[in-house]
Amino acid sequence: MSGNGRDEPFAFTPENVERAKAFVDRYPRGRQKSAVMPLLDLAQRQTGGWLPPAAIDHVADYLGMPAIRVFEVATFYTMYHLEPVGRHVVGVCTTTPCWLRGSDEVLETCREVLGIGVGETTGDGRFTLTELECLGACCNAPVIRVDDDYYEDLDADAVRRVLEGLKRGEKPAPGSSIGRRSSEPVTGLTTLQAAQPPQGS
Amino acid sequence: MTGSIVFTLDGREVGAADGETIWQVARREGVEIPHLCYTTAATYRADGNCRACMVEIEGERVLAASCIRKPTPGMVVNTATERAETARRMVMELLLADQPPRESAHDPQSELWRWAEAMGQLTSRFPARAAPPPDSSHPAMRVNLDACIHCTLCVRACREAQVNDVIGMAYRGHGAKVVFDFDDAMGESTCVACGECVQACPTGALMPATLLDESGVRTGYADKQVNSVCPYCGVGCQITYNIRDNEILWVDGLEGPANQGRLCVKGRFGFDYITHPHRLTTPLIRKQGVAKDALDDIDPANPYTHFREASWEEALDVAAAGFKRVRDRDGGKALAGFGSAKGSNEEAYLVQKLVRTGFGTNNVDHCTRLCHASSVAALLETIGSAAVTAPFTDALKSDVIFVIGANPTENHPVAATFFKNAAKSGATLIVCDPRGQALNKQATHMLRFKPGSDVALLNAMMNVIVEEELYDRQYVAAHTEGFEALSQHLKAYTPEDMAPICGVDAETIRTVARTYARANAGIIFWGMGISQHVHGTDNARCLIALALMTGQIGRPGTGLHPLRGQNNVQGASDVGLIPMVYPDYRSVEDPDIRAEFEAFWNAELDPKRGLTVVEIMDAVHDDVIKGMYIMGENPAMSDPNVGHAREGLAKLEHLVVQDIFLTETAFHADVVLPASAWPEKDGTVTNSNRQVQMGRKALDMPGDCRQDWWIVQEIARRIGLDWNYTGPAEVFAEMRACMDSIKGISWDRLLAESVVTYPCDSEDEPGQEVIFGDGFPTPSARGKMVPADIVPPDEQPDDEFPMILSTGTLLEHWHTGAITRRASVLDDIEPEAVACLSPTDLARLGVAAGETVRVTTRRGVIEIKVRRDGKVPEGMIFIPFCYVDAAANLLTNPALDPVGKIPEYKFCAARVEKRAMAAE
Repeated sequence: MSGNGRDEPFAFTPENVERAKAFVDRYPRGRQKSAVMPLLDLAQRQTGGWLPPAAIDHVADYLGMPAIRVFEVATFYTMYHLEPVGRHVVGVCTTTPCWLRGSDEVLETCREVLGIGVGETTGDGRFTLTELECLGACCNAPVIRVDDDYYEDLDADAVRRVLEGLKRGEKPAPGSSIGRRSSEPVTGLTTLQAAQPPQGS
Repeated sequence: MTGSIVFTLDGREVGAADGETIWQVARREGVEIPHLCYTTAATYRADGNCRACMVEIEGERVLAASCIRKPTPGMVVNTATERAETARRMVMELLLADQPPRESAHDPQSELWRWAEAMGQLTSRFPARAAPPPDSSHPAMRVNLDACIHCTLCVRACREAQVNDVIGMAYRGHGAKVVFDFDDAMGESTCVACGECVQACPTGALMPATLLDESGVRTGYADKQVNSVCPYCGVGCQITYNIRDNEILWVDGLEGPANQGRLCVKGRFGFDYITHPHRLTTPLIRKQGVAKDALDDIDPANPYTHFREASWEEALDVAAAGFKRVRDRDGGKALAGFGSAKGSNEEAYLVQKLVRTGFGTNNVDHCTRLCHASSVAALLETIGSAAVTAPFTDALKSDVIFVIGANPTENHPVAATFFKNAAKSGATLIVCDPRGQALNKQATHMLRFKPGSDVALLNAMMNVIVEEELYDRQYVAAHTEGFEALSQHLKAYTPEDMAPICGVDAETIRTVARTYARANAGIIFWGMGISQHVHGTDNARCLIALALMTGQIGRPGTGLHPLRGQNNVQGASDVGLIPMVYPDYRSVEDPDIRAEFEAFWNAELDPKRGLTVVEIMDAVHDDVIKGMYIMGENPAMSDPNVGHAREGLAKLEHLVVQDIFLTETAFHADVVLPASAWPEKDGTVTNSNRQVQMGRKALDMPGDCRQDWWIVQEIARRIGLDWNYTGPAEVFAEMRACMDSIKGISWDRLLAESVVTYPCDSEDEPGQEVIFGDGFPTPSARGKMVPADIVPPDEQPDDEFPMILSTGTLLEHWHTGAITRRASVLDDIEPEAVACLSPTDLARLGVAAGETVRVTTRRGVIEIKVRRDGKVPEGMIFIPFCYVDAAANLLTNPALDPVGKIPEYKFCAARVEKRAMAAE
C-alpha cells in the first residue's frame, strides 16, 4: 500500500475479526491481552505491511489494553513496522554465523540489485531492505527473509536470482539455494542413510 | 527486634517483618544502601532494575538487588563488602557514561548525582551514546532524556500510581527510550500533567519547567519548604511548597491520607495565580457617581474606571456603615452573607457568626447550595448525617465500585487514581453517566444513560434487587425502615419498562444490579451529575436506598460518598455556613438548640431558617434584601441564569466583596476588600473524606492585603460585635467548644499531625474513617428508605430549543475560573472557552471543530468555539462554566430542586446554530 495513510482510520475487516476472535480464544477468559502479538501481525498484514497509529489503537481497544502497552510491544519487535514498507520486505541476517558465512556479500548484493540502502524503500514501492538479528537458521547461513519465507545457503548469485525473480513478479522457491532439504551436512548425509531405521536393535 | 525473620546484616542480628526487603530493613537499621530505581514513596513497587543497591549474600554466587530481595531466616547479608561496593560503583560508572557532566547537568542535585558523589564515582571511562534532543513542548515540564537512566520510575508513576498510561518504555536495546504515547512530544501527547513522573524521576530527566534556565540547567533551588494542603478540590491532597524569595518555585505531593503523594495538574502547577498582576492589593471604594449596571464589565487590571483606592480604615468604615444602615432601617432580613468554601473552617465559622449575631439573620449560604445541597438534604433526611460514610480511598477495599454522575478524572483527579488502582487490581468498576469519560478505560460496565433519567435507572436496579431477593434481609431488618413501602413502590419500575426511559437495556440493568448487590463490599460515589437536577434529592435518595437495602454501608470498602467539590465545602457546611443550621448541622429552628447558641454566642438569634443562594438573589429582585457581604464567592459567574444574578447584584444598595481578584461579582460592589490567598494564611480545611487538615502560611501577602479572619473581625467590630480573636487558633478553639464532631481535634494536634478525621471524640483517638457500623444518628437509629418517583427535568427540549445543555468543569480549570484562568500553566493548556459536541451533531450543524457557534436558551445567548468530542452523546452540548467570555451560566435554568434548593445546571433546553447563519 503506497502513501503513508498515517491518519486513516483502521478497523479489522470482517474476516480479520473472525481471525482475531480465534486468536483471543486460544487464551483463558480475561487473558485476551496475550493475543496482542498475533493481532498486531494481523493488523500489519491488513494495512499492507506496517502499523499506523490507528491500527495500534484499534488492537489496544480490541484487547482492552492501554495503547501505550501495545506501542511498547510494536516497537520492541523488528517484524512490526512503524513506517510504510515496500510490497516485499527483504531482511538480511548479519549476526555472527551468517556474517562468517558471507552475509556481507549477501547484503552488498541486495543493495546493488535493489539500488537502496538498509532501512530504505525503492522508489516504486516494491522493496524495503532491512538488516536483521539472528533468524535462527544458522545451519543454513547466510540467510535472508523475504516476507514470510527464508532463503538459505546463499551467495551473491543466489541472492541475485531470488531478487530478480521477485522483480519479475515471480515467487522464487524458498529454502536452500543449494538443494539441501534441511540442515544436513553440505557434503551429504553421513549417518541415517538407510531408508528405514534398522529394526530390532 | 522488629519482625520475626531473623537474619544477619553486616554482622549484626536483625529482624524483618513479613514482606520487608533487605533494603527496608537496612534503612531501619541505619545502613545506607544506594538506590535509584527504587523509591520509598508510598504505592511504588520495587522493580530491581538499576542494580545500584546490590549486596552480597553468603553462599550465593551472584549479588542480589536489596530493594527487591526479601531476607529469609538465617541469611547472612553483607552490604559493604569490596565486591558489592565495586559492583555498585561499576553500575554508577556505566550510568554516568551517558550523562552530561555534573557541571552542566540538568539537575546536579538529583538523586543520581548525590549517590554518585556518595560513592566517589563522578566520572566514567565508557563512551556515551548520542544524546537525545531536549523536549520543551510542555508548558509545565521539561524532558531531557540525555539524563535518563531507564529506571522506569516515570513509567510506574504514570501507569501504576496515577494510571494515566501515557508514558512507556519503547523500542529495544540501545534504542530503548522513555516515550509519551506513540513517541510524541510531551506537550502533544495525552499527558494530563499530573507531574507524578517529575516527582518520581531521580535524574533530572523530567523536571518542572520553573527550575531550569534556557539551556536546561537547574537554577531553581528552594530556600524554604512548607507543608500544607492543596487549595483546589475536595480531595484534600497534602502538599509541600518549595519557596524561594516569597515565591512558590514548585510543589511536591506529600503523603497525606487522601493523596499518598499524588497530585493533579492544578495542585502541582496551578499556583502562580498568587502573583498575577490582577491581584487586588489595596482596598477599593466605588467612585462617587459611578452607577451600578448589570452589564458592568471592568478590566480587572484597571479597576480605577469604577473604583478608587482607599485606606483600610475608610474601606472598613464604609463597608460596616452600609450594613448597619440597612440593618437598623430594615432589620436583619434585609441583609445576607455568602461565605466561601475556598477559605478555611475558621473563616467560614466567623462569616456565619457575623451574619447570625451581627446582621441578625440566617441568610448565610455558600456554593454548597450549588453543588451538593440536594445530596446533603437527602443524607440528612435518611441517615441523619450529611458527610460521607467512608473515605474514597476505601475503594481499594471494595470489590464493586459504583460511580454515577461524576467525572472524577477531571474533577477529583487524585481520588480517581484510587478507583483506577482498585479496578486494575480486580475490582469491578461500574460507571454511569450520560457523557463518556476517561474512567471508561478501566470500567467493567459503562452505562451511558439518558440525561435526567437517573431515578428510572436506579429504581430499575432496586426493582431487580427486590424481585430477585438480592437485598440483605438481616441488615434491612436490623438497621433500616421504609423497606416495605419502597418495595411496593418499586414494583412499577421493572428494567423492561425503564429501559426505554433511561436508554440502558434491561439485561445490563439486571447485571449491574446483581453485581452491586452481591458484592462483598460495594461503594457508591456520586457528583454533580446526581445533585444538580430538580430531582437531585430524589437521585440521592435512590442511591441511599440502594446502599441500605443491600447493607453496603458501615463496613470498610462500603458506603456512600458524594465527592465534594471545593477544598473546604465539607468544612464550611460543618461549621454552619448554611441557612438552616448552626455548626454541626444543628437546626436553627429548634428552640432548645437556638437557646444553646444564643448563650454560647451571647446574642439574640433569628428563629427562622434563612434564604439559600438562589433565593437570596430572588429576594434582592423583590426588594427584600438590600445589603450583602460576599466573601470569596462569585455568584455573578456561578449562579444559574447569571444575567438575573448580575441584575440583582447591581441592584443592591450595599455590596461588600472580599476577594483576591476583582471578580465579576466585585464589578457591582460598593467596597472591595483585598484578601489573602490560600498559601498566605494559616487555617484548617475539611476534605471529602471528613479529614480535617492544617493549611500553613507559606508566603507573605502582597501589597496591603489582609488576613480574611481579620477583615471579618474588623467588620464585626464596626457593626457592634465585641470580637477580639488573635488568630485562627483561637477561632478553632471556639468551634471545638460548640462542635462535638471535632471534640478530639485540637489546633496543636493538627499542627503536629497535619490531619485528623472527624468524628473524633478525644485527643488520643485517631478519628473514625468508616462510620455507621451499627445504626444511624436518626431518631429511630435506622436508615430510612424514601421512594422516589420519576420527575422529568424542568425544561424539556422542544422544536425551538431541541438540544440539551449540560455544564461542568474541566481538569485544568476550577469553578468560575477566577483563580485557574490566572494560573499560567493551566490557562496555557486550556486557554479559551469551548463547547463540546458529538461528531454527529457537528456534522448535522455543518460546523467544523474550532468554528464558533451561537448557543441560545430561554435565558441568554453566548457565542463559543466548538470541540469535537466523542464522549458527548448526540443531542447534548456540554459547556464548562469557567469562561467569562462565554459564560455557560448565562444559559442555565435556575429551576430548583424543591428540597435541596439546588439549580438544574445539568439540564436545560438549548438551540445551537452555526454563527454565520445566526448573524444574518
